[in-house]
Amino acid sequence: MIRKFAALLLLAGIAAIFMGLLFTYEPDPELNTTARYYAERTAADIGAANIVTAIVVTYRGLDTLGEVTVLFLSAAIVGLVLASGRRKKTAKERTVTPAGELLATGSTLLAPLIMLLGVYVFVNGHLTPGGGFQGGAIIASGMLLLLLTDPLKHFSHTLIATVESLSGILYVAIGLLGIFLAGGFLDNRILPIGTLGTLFSAGAIPLIYSLIGLKVGAEFSSILAHLSETEEL
Amino acid sequence: MSALFIALTILLTVAMIGAALVAVLGKSMPIAILSAGLVSLLASVLFLLLAAPDVAMTEAAIGSGLTTFLFFFILGRVRGGEHD
Repeated sequence: MIRKFAALLLLAGIAAIFMGLLFTYEPDPELNTTARYYAERTAADIGAANIVTAIVVTYRGLDTLGEVTVLFLSAAIVGLVLASGRRKKTAKERTVTPAGELLATGSTLLAPLIMLLGVYVFVNGHLTPGGGFQGGAIIASGMLLLLLTDPLKHFSHTLIATVESLSGILYVAIGLLGIFLAGGFLDNRILPIGTLGTLFSAGAIPLIYSLIGLKVGAEFSSILAHLSETEEL
Repeated sequence: MSALFIALTILLTVAMIGAALVAVLGKSMPIAILSAGLVSLLASVLFLLLAAPDVAMTEAAIGSGLTTFLFFFILGRVRGGEHD
């Protein structure tokens, strides 16, 4: 009874806070200083048609490096915890019910297309909405579809780990190149800015975002592969 | 802000709350997973309406796609383990 009352009280408190936010909210008539700087200078300075990407990869590139690191840490911890729970018996001996005809045929057709869409999303991150994180998650969804069809499927951990570490190292290396060749860490102007709106524009952004996409995709895939191979579930 | 926009927003929000209630209160596990995915899908449409396509894409890819798939995958594993 007391617990229910406390939960209701907590809900009422949260509702009061949100009501306050809702009724005192007034949209700004114009962009504030930072937003106006980004809106006006992105096309000239960064050359990216998608302002969000310019902020995520270049203006706030260090934060993105931090986010990728957090994701890497969680993937590493999942691997550590699940690998210690794995027994000698391999996952091959597990009995599974075979996937239905619809899922088996559908995933054969769809998985390559889904992965292609993921690559498209992160390669075009500087032109259209989306980017490395979204593309990586889409690639991992394709992997998960394959795992749903055949739970005993074995992905090469060596390949996943190699892709993950290589893209991570290259990401930091490109960032360091920015210090020597351009204005600072993760500056995208180490490559020519090009024409606004074309695929090969915005300097190093397509390169960096592709590396982020591969890294995120590999991290998610390693989590999924560990989950599928563990016996302790 | 047009009347259509406000009506659509309210419709989406009500549908999200409904789907969330189904996910929490429903007895069937697959339906609960599907409605949790539906909440994310409707949220991503809402983000799109609010002119945040990048956030909408993340929500659709991770919240609605990857998490729903993952829950189904784990559900299959957990159920498969019951027969051992």
